This record gives sequence, C-alpha cells and structure tokens, in this order.
Amino acid sequence: MIRQGLTAIILSVFITFSAPAQETMPEAPIISEQEIEKRARVVGRALRCVVCQNQSIEDSNASLAEDMRTLVRARIRDGQTNEEVIDYMQSRYGDFVLLEPPVQTNTYLLWAAPFLLLLAGLAWFMRLSRRKQS
Amino acid sequence: MTAELGHILLISALIIAGLQAVLPLWGARHNNRPLMDFAGRAAGLQALVLIGAFALLTASFVTSDFSVKLAADHSHSEKPLLYKISGVWGNHEGSMLLWVVIMALYGAFAARFSGALPRTLKARTLAIQGLLSVGFISFILFTSNPFSRLSPPPADGAGLNPLLQDPGLAFHPPFLYLGYVGFSLAFSLACGALIEGKIDKVWAQWLRAWVLLAWSFLTIGITLGSLWAYYELGWGGWWMWDPVENVSFMPWLAGTALLHSVLILGTRGQFANWTVLLAILTFSLSLIGTFVVRSGILISVHAFAVDPARGVFILGLICLISGGALLLYMFRAGLLLAFAKSFLRGGTMLSTFILSALDKPASDFKALSKEGGLLLNNILLGVATATVFLGTFYPLFIEAISPNKITVGAPYFNKTFAPIMMLLILVMGIAPLLRWVSDDKANLKKLVTYVTMPAILGGIIFTLTGAPIGSAIGMALAIYITAGVLLSARRRSRGSLSRLARQPASFYGFILGHMGMAVITLAIAVMSFQSGENIGRIKVGESLKLAPYEFTLTGVSNGKRENFNYLAGQFEVTKNERALTTLTSEQRYYPIRGMITTEAGFQFAPINTVFAALSDGDAQKGWVVRVYHQPMVIWIWIGGLMMALAGFISLIRESRSWQTAKDDVDA
Amino acid sequence: MLKALKGLSPLIIFIGFIAFLAFGLSRDPAKLDSILIDQPFPDFSLTTLDNPDAQVTHEILNGQISLVNVFGSWCVACVQEHPNLMQIDQTGRVQMIGINWRDDRDKGRKWLNRYGDPYDVILFDGDSQMAVDLGVTGAPETFIVDQAGRIRYKHIGIVTADDWRNTILPLINRLETEA
Repeated sequence: MIRQGLTAIILSVFITFSAPAQETMPEAPIISEQEIEKRARVVGRALRCVVCQNQSIEDSNASLAEDMRTLVRARIRDGQTNEEVIDYMQSRYGDFVLLEPPVQTNTYLLWAAPFLLLLAGLAWFMRLSRRKQS
Repeated sequence: MTAELGHILLISALIIAGLQAVLPLWGARHNNRPLMDFAGRAAGLQALVLIGAFALLTASFVTSDFSVKLAADHSHSEKPLLYKISGVWGNHEGSMLLWVVIMALYGAFAARFSGALPRTLKARTLAIQGLLSVGFISFILFTSNPFSRLSPPPADGAGLNPLLQDPGLAFHPPFLYLGYVGFSLAFSLACGALIEGKIDKVWAQWLRAWVLLAWSFLTIGITLGSLWAYYELGWGGWWMWDPVENVSFMPWLAGTALLHSVLILGTRGQFANWTVLLAILTFSLSLIGTFVVRSGILISVHAFAVDPARGVFILGLICLISGGALLLYMFRAGLLLAFAKSFLRGGTMLSTFILSALDKPASDFKALSKEGGLLLNNILLGVATATVFLGTFYPLFIEAISPNKITVGAPYFNKTFAPIMMLLILVMGIAPLLRWVSDDKANLKKLVTYVTMPAILGGIIFTLTGAPIGSAIGMALAIYITAGVLLSARRRSRGSLSRLARQPASFYGFILGHMGMAVITLAIAVMSFQSGENIGRIKVGESLKLAPYEFTLTGVSNGKRENFNYLAGQFEVTKNERALTTLTSEQRYYPIRGMITTEAGFQFAPINTVFAALSDGDAQKGWVVRVYHQPMVIWIWIGGLMMALAGFISLIRESRSWQTAKDDVDA
Repeated sequence: MLKALKGLSPLIIFIGFIAFLAFGLSRDPAKLDSILIDQPFPDFSLTTLDNPDAQVTHEILNGQISLVNVFGSWCVACVQEHPNLMQIDQTGRVQMIGINWRDDRDKGRKWLNRYGDPYDVILFDGDSQMAVDLGVTGAPETFIVDQAGRIRYKHIGIVTADDWRNTILPLINRLETEA
C-alpha cells in the first residue's frame, strides 16, 4: 500500500530501538533512518503479531509486536533485504507469521478458489445469454 | 425468587414454542383452522414470556443480585447503570437469552403483520419459527442457564470485561442480533414455502420486507462494530478482516444478494429456488457466524472442545436447522418450479429459472436485462461470500488436516475480495438502468458512455489535484455509481420533479443505498492510499511529525473515574504550524478485571481526521504514541448508515413499490 | 437423476463443512508445532540476569541435555509453573537454563528470590531477541535441547508434573541412550 507522509521520524526514538545486531553483516550498506522506517513499515505490515488476532505487528500494541518491530528495523539496518527479514521471521514462527499466506501446496485451493468460482459464475452467465441468442 | 421465576418462564417458553412448532404444522396439513390460528397466538405469548425472563435477568444485574451466578461473574455494584444493563448480554448465557427474545419478537411481529399471507403458509412459517425457538431455548436450558444460583453469593461481582464498557460496544450486539436473528424469519418463510410447495407474490413481498429489516439492522451492527474497533483498539484501522468481523460480514453479503434476487422474483417470477436457497444460506451463515465464533473454534480448533457440551449441542443444532432445510430444499426444488409457472397473472406467463437445473435456463431469460444485471450481482456477491468464508475457515482447515498453522490476513482479502467488489461496482452502475425482460446493445452502449465518461473525467481531475492513482480509481468508481443513480432518477422522473416525488419509497431506498456504497468506495480508497501514520516513543514536550501535522505530547496525567484508573495523554496538534486541535488519549486500567484498554483521541472532521493513541511507557523512557492522519475515514461509517437507512426507507409502503415495478414491466 | 443430484449439492457441501468441524473437534490438540524441532538451537550471545557484562553463548548447551525455560516476573502462569521447575531441578537430570524474557533485571532477581531459583544459568532477554529466535509467543515456554545443541521438544504453557513424567522424562532417557 502506498502511504504518504511516512517520512519524518524522530531519530532519537530509533537509536534507543537499535538492538545489537544478531549477526554482523560485512560492510552493511548505509541506509538513512527514513529509508529504514519506510521499509520496516512494509515488512511490518506483512508480519502477523503472533499473539493477536490477524493484526500486523505495525498495528499492534502488544509488547512482543513492539519488540518484533525493533528487530525488523535492526535487521534492515544491518543491510538485510525485506525478503530476508520476512524469511527470518518465517523460519522462527512458520507460515503463521505471514499475514499473506504463501502460495504453496497447502494454499493452492485458498488462492485459486475465488477466481475459479468467479470464472465458473461468469461462464454460467455467459452460457445463459448465448443459449438465448442461438 | 426472581431467578427461579426466570427459569420457570424459560421452561414455559420452551413448551409454548414446542406447541407453536407442532400444532400449526398438523393443522395446516389437515386444514384445521383453529390449530393454524394458534400459531400466531403462541408466537405472541412466547415473546411475552421470554421478555419476562429477560426482564428478570436484567433486574438481577441492575439490583446487583450476586446470588445469580451470571450477575456475579459479569457485573459489579460500582458499575454505571448503562453497563449493568449491557452486561446482561455481554456474556454467553445472557446473549443467548437476548437471541431467543429477539427471535420470538420477530415471530410475534410476523404473526401480527403478515395477515395477507395464505393461512397455511403463515401457519407453517410460524411453526418453523417456533421450531427454531425450541432449539435455542433448549440450548440455553441444557447448557447455558443464565439463572443459575451461586451459594453463598459473593460480596461483589467480578465486573464486565472492560472492552465491553463502551457505549459503542454496549449497543453493537443487540443490533447484530436484530440482524442475524431477523434472517431467521426469512429462513422460516423459505421453509414454509418449501413445505407448502408453492410461493406467490405475497410471499415474495414479505420475504423482501423481513430481509430488508434484518439487513438494515445488521448493517447498523457492523457499522457500529467497525467504529468501535476504530477508537477502542487504537491503531487507526476500521476493518481488519478479523474472523469475528468476517462472520458478521458473510450473512450481510448473502443478505445483500437475497435483497436483490427477491427483486427479480417479485417482479419477474424468476429465481424462485435460488431465492429460497439464499434465504436458507443467509440464516445458516448467521448461525455459523454466531456460534462458531462463540464457541471459540475460530481462534483455534481446540478451543471448541473446551466446553464439549456446548460445542456438540451447537454443532447438532446447526446440523438440524441448516441440514434439515437443505434436505427439504432437495425434495422440493422441482415442485416450486411447477407452481412458479403460474406466478404472474395474464400473458406474461413465465417459467422459472432454477438453480438445481443449471443446464436448463428459462427460455425467456436474457442476460442483457435488469434481471441479468441482478443475476450478475448475485453471482458476484456469492463469490465474495465464498471468498470471505474460505479466508476465514481456511486456517482452521489447515490446522485440522496438518500440523501446520497459517494466517489468512488482510493482504489475502485485498487481493481477492477487493477485485470482486470492483467488478460488482461496475455492474452496479449500469444494471439499475437496464430494462426488465430485455434490453438492446445500443442502449447498453449509450448507458456505459453516460456513466463512464463522468467517472473517467472525475478520476483524471482528482489525479491532477495530486491524489494517488488508487484514490483516483476510488473516486472514479464512486462517480460511476453516482452517475448510474442520477441517471435512473432522471429516467424515472422524466425530468419532472413532481414525478420524482411520487416515486415509491423503495426507489428512494435504492438511491440512498447505492449512494451509500459510492460514499464507502470513495472513503475506503482515499483512506487506504492517502492516510499517514507515525509511531514513536516520546516524552512530554516532544512531538511526532506527520507532515503537514505535528503532534506534541503536552502532558500526561492520571486519575480515577467511575470504575477505572486512567492515564491520559494530551496532544496538541498543529497543521502547517498552526494550532489545529487538542486530543486526549487514555489508557484505562480496570482493577476489578486487571485489564487495560486504550481510548484513542481523535477529532472527526468531514475531510481530515487526526487521531492519536497513547500506549505503554513511563516518564523516563517516554510513551509509545501512534498518530494518524486519516482523510475521509468518517465517511465509511456514514456510508454504512446511509445503507441501513436506505433499507428502512424501502420498507415504507411496500405494496406501492411492487405496483410500480409492475408498471415498469408493462411500460 | 442429474437434476436430483444438483438439488442435493448444497446439502453435500454443507455436510462436508460439518464433517470438517466435527473432525476438527476430535483432533489431538497436543499435536502442534514447531518448525524448530530437530533444528539447532539458535546462535546467541546474551548477558546473564545478574551480570550485564557477562556474555554467554550457545556453547553452554554443548555436551549435555538442557531444559530451556522462558519466564518473566510479569508472567502469571510462570508462578504456577515454578514449583514444578524447582522439582525438576531437584532430579538433577538436566541443565536448567532460564531465559528471563522482557523483564527488568531487578524485578527478575526479586521474583527468583521469592519463588526460588531452579536455574543453572539465567540469560537475560530484555528485548525479545532470543524469544523471537525461538519463535516464542508467550511465557512460559519450555524447550528440551539435546547434547548436540538441537531442539528436540517444545512445550507451550505450563509444564506440569504429568508433562514431566509422561513426556519430558522419557525423552531425556531416550536422548541419554542415543548419546
């Protein structure tokens, strides 16, 4: 989701947030705090607060969600890509942590069904109208 | 004594409901008038007795009679009166009692007002309504008795869940129930018709009326729920695709489809079977929604087994109600077809299109017609309902068949549900303008141009003012719907205001309802693409920026009010460095329950709503503060209320609107 | 016949749904989790509860079976679980490692002074680094780690005396013979 006005961030806040790196990446590229925050929001919206009902960690006030937000920022600061951060969370909490279910064997039905149903419905409708014309 | 009396009243209601279920059915079969007429009297009596039971339970809450276990568990002597009353239904047992009270009330009203229904159909409908009551009153008596005593009574009650101590939530469940339970009448009418083996115009009228009533209440309930979540949960979201929300949304979607399919049935005599099936489905979804959520099964499969008696009873009840109706449907689907053929008087004899024979469409159904548009509406709403259903239950399904757990969150619904809704809007703009029976391609082309041009133009202008593309699409869709509505108003009135004023109420309902949808579409798009937020940890005197706004935490105070302690944060909000407003957000601590809630501070404004929420922290580290700028958000709820109002308006002078619809066909 | 079948279809779908709910009811709740089972315990370097300067790494897990317990002074259920952990410590069968999660060092220490300290080592995880690495969603949670430093068992919620006797102790016996 495109969100405007996410820019200005008070630095001091995130200095207190910056936990020591888990694994120090060699030559982590230097990213501005604004960029980190912007990306962290994107990552955070994809991650479920594991103690809440379907809320993202960005939206939750749960303390674990707050820590997860911090960890996401720390990892981005260390130079990880958004995907790497999400993969890390997935390796810890499983698919459960992903708000968007990944497309894989056990979710093919979930992803395909709405569109198959829609196609079936429309095909039925088209057939009705074609029948009539012939 | 009151609790025992309440218990006795409940048992009496069960007996009355049992008689209401059995005798009229027998009477209708053997054409025994007194027994058929008994249905109406039993329905009225049942409602009175249940209201009595409910009043007694309320009395024990209001007088803080903690020898009644339910009051002891869910009330407290220091609670404000309003929440003592709302506490009655703020728990499982009490809310079930409210459920049966509302169900009986609907039955009583149906008995009083549907005099025009054929005697046998009326008797059968009320009998089914009685049968439903038997099921639910038994459920209360056998598994969830609200009148259990506690001995010895505690000195004071345990208090109501603080989240429920809010005017928004206090009245949200009754409205939801008025909606859910209202569909029971549609269900009973459908089953009555299935037993009867035929439907007629009066049946369709009453079905439409009751569905409109239930649907409007449900719309209010969902809107209130969304508003409540917005300010109480403190993260600036108005809908989070939480399972609890989804299960209230599914009957709403199905009910919306039903409202439209009954239009075709009432005007053209088509889709009789489909409408009956939809009525069964809508109530079944209400049941699944309420009970599956109540049992906790959605949070985890395993929670369902926490109270096995209730779980099994609920499952059995749903099985009997929905399964029984579907079984009836299976046997009767063909029969309805035969009777529907003689549905309309005169030369416009129509055969009925039935769902159970997909490969045999009615010979005179044309896709390019108003009924074609309404059918598309039903298909799209059906797919939308199925999608929400799938998204809600799929995690459970995975958990049941494998050791994995998955989450189906908002991104899934944004990718599946949203496109379906956009298609629906495309149909919505045009379909009301099409002629019944058959329309032609040239007219369609003209209509498409009329509604599309202003939409595209509006979208472009909106983009030029700096709006992101998503908002512009929302704007275009909103204009598209509006153009369709305006065009039909123009056509109906043929340019004459007095003619417009003479239109039936249902036409105004249509205008207001569709405009509500336009408003919601625009508001959602603008909200999704132009809102801004910032989270940070700040101390008093510091501020959070959210260009062009700046939120300064000017003070944090604490104190005690009613039955909670609070920590209040004051925020000064400036826009472009000019003072805008002051917001107060509170963290409330309820010592009786040991729970903390957040009250967001916000200033609703027609265009730009600013919102601040204080959460945990302390003076040294600072407080975690969330600030939001949410343009148009208020219009989401206004749009919802517009739709609800539209439903109520459509109820006025039902009969006239049918006449006009008929005139249209003849014209 | 075909027509009858189509009239039947809503019923069939409905029965399928009910069957699924009923199936869900009958499933064994214990069969859950975790993707971390049989995975190496995550690398860590944490300070201890009593010494903010000491660094402990996951080397302490090598060579012996450990019971890793996530707790906090704020955690109500942990108070309930604690006597069981004290008894497990008495058996001397495992190395007891505590992870003091999202706590305050002073409060954590006071809590242990009050309820007893069953742990051989107490790691301090104030900002959930370790907890997230372990996929922890709440306290208490308990892990059994084998001699090679791999997670073999995860327990969500209170470890009861029964859990210890029926599940954890047999696992430890097996792990000892494996080595």
